[in-house]
Amino acid sequence: MGQTLVEKILSEKMQRQVKAGETIVVDVDFAALHDGSGPLLVRLMKERGYDGDPVFDASRVLFANEFGPVPTREIANEHALCRSYAAEKGCHWQEGGTGHVHAHVYETHLKCGSVCIVGDSHTTIHGAFGCFATGCGSTDMVAVTRFGKTWVKVPETFRINVTGKLQEGVYSKDIMLKLASIIKSDQAIYKSLEFRGDTISSLSMDGRLTITSMGVDVGAKCAIMETDNHTLQFLQQMGRPHDYREIRGDEDAHYERVIDIDATKLEALVSMPHYMENVELAKNCSQQKVNMVFIGSCTNGRVEDMHIAAEILKGKKVAPGVRLLVIPNSTYVYKECMRDGTLLALAEAGAIIEAPNCGPCMGVHQGIPGDGEVVLATQNRNFKGRMGNPSASIYLSSPATAAATALTGYITDPCEVMG
Amino acid sequence: MIRDHITGKAWKFGSNVSTDSIAPGRLISLRANPKEYAKHVLEDARPEFAKEVQIDDFIVADRNFGCGSSREIAPIIIKLAGVGAVLSKSFGRIFYRNAINNGMLLIECDTDQIAEGDTLFIDLKKCVIQKKNDPAFSMPFTLSEKEIKIVSEGGLLNYIEKYKSLDI
Ligand code: SF4
Repeated sequence: MGQTLVEKILSEKMQRQVKAGETIVVDVDFAALHDGSGPLLVRLMKERGYDGDPVFDASRVLFANEFGPVPTREIANEHALCRSYAAEKGCHWQEGGTGHVHAHVYETHLKCGSVCIVGDSHTTIHGAFGCFATGCGSTDMVAVTRFGKTWVKVPETFRINVTGKLQEGVYSKDIMLKLASIIKSDQAIYKSLEFRGDTISSLSMDGRLTITSMGVDVGAKCAIMETDNHTLQFLQQMGRPHDYREIRGDEDAHYERVIDIDATKLEALVSMPHYMENVELAKNCSQQKVNMVFIGSCTNGRVEDMHIAAEILKGKKVAPGVRLLVIPNSTYVYKECMRDGTLLALAEAGAIIEAPNCGPCMGVHQGIPGDGEVVLATQNRNFKGRMGNPSASIYLSSPATAAATALTGYITDPCEVMG
Repeated sequence: MIRDHITGKAWKFGSNVSTDSIAPGRLISLRANPKEYAKHVLEDARPEFAKEVQIDDFIVADRNFGCGSSREIAPIIIKLAGVGAVLSKSFGRIFYRNAINNGMLLIECDTDQIAEGDTLFIDLKKCVIQKKNDPAFSMPFTLSEKEIKIVSEGGLLNYIEKYKSLDI
């Protein structure tokens, strides 16, 4: 009997065969915290008197501030707390305004097939590198940071087969929204999602990371993919080809559920307020006017996303009355897009370009919508109040649909404005 | 310490109440001051809740309570608000861990059988939910062994200090 990808990775770590359903205490290869989970961790360490101890391995712990440049005095003080703790322990440190925590992890540190625990829910993203990666809160991170270990119940797996060529105007985000419409936001709670099939292999890492980032948004513990040439190319670009290794799935593993998605039949989708599972064809929402469009977040703020948006907006202008915010994921993405003229094209079209950070995704700052306003965002969540105003409505889409919508001012299937 | 029983009033909530709803991101500056933050708990879902909730009242949700972000402040401020336990058909995975890590009790059960305002008597020894206004009503539930062990110690860090181990 074969193993699921999650069983494979965890068996290797435990040096024995583990099976879905058993609870294990596993060694963590890389751990990270951001300014959401970091400050409470530091306070807990101090309260409990653990702050005199070293972390399990400072070279494998990262603190990254995501809300930067800093919006308030209180958050500046929280940043200072993490900054001095990281410095004292010798951990990696990234300042606010250089990107979100996950980009720092996969651009600089992550090894294929490793166990990665981050104090953030979208940690599922790192499964695109064949990793077991899951998010947790600050108390769990206290144990991870002190001992380099965490307890995990080995999850059952849903295998998601995605096959066929994507049509023009359809992207990896649409695959994930389609999946959300099938399994809703809670059927995959505690599960591992194993994404397979030729459509997934055809995607770049930028595209794959969109899918795995949103694993948590259907409740999953982790979302995993095999590694291949695209993975290697990405790591080469980051100057870390040695962190590549091949992770391959089995055909005869036990899957709790198998879901087949025919990519050739997909069209551009949006998720309507206030739940991701409210999925509709973009073209059926063409009467919906928007006030603001946001292209960015850990789900869709990578180089390819910027290229797709610029391709649509180049030489044109954002519709009057629409604010278009563009936020690259990381300093790497920012510099790449600056070098190749992508940011210039977007700025000329009327986009407001911000320093790499989470932006308004979590409603902290840098683009909060007004009362009654409608936003189309490429982020991963559209809960009421998510972007900082409970009276605003949030639609979610791919960067292409977002760019097309910014052009017309109404929710627009990108096919209508492309080529 | 898990108490033997808890009595309180049911506050009903729908499905997919996210941690954004429990602890809104726009109030993130209050994070260093959880008592203040607790005054806003669940304010986007039910504005009157934070003001009117009584010690040991219950949050009774439909499904997927606590989905979304990993912010641990969410269960912390529910506990600070005095909530006795959260009942739901299912819970967001990270919220579940964060809640038990902070000694906050979560109960999975068929919440359709509970109405807004019902006064519940939850027997944690026998694991059964009863209603003050309906003596015939009795709904059993199970608590996972992990939840009992960690919540009994008042949270994960106490547990680790006592047993010197992460094995649960
Ligand atoms: S971009 Fe949004 S979802 Fe991603 S880490 Fe930042 S706040 Fe969280």
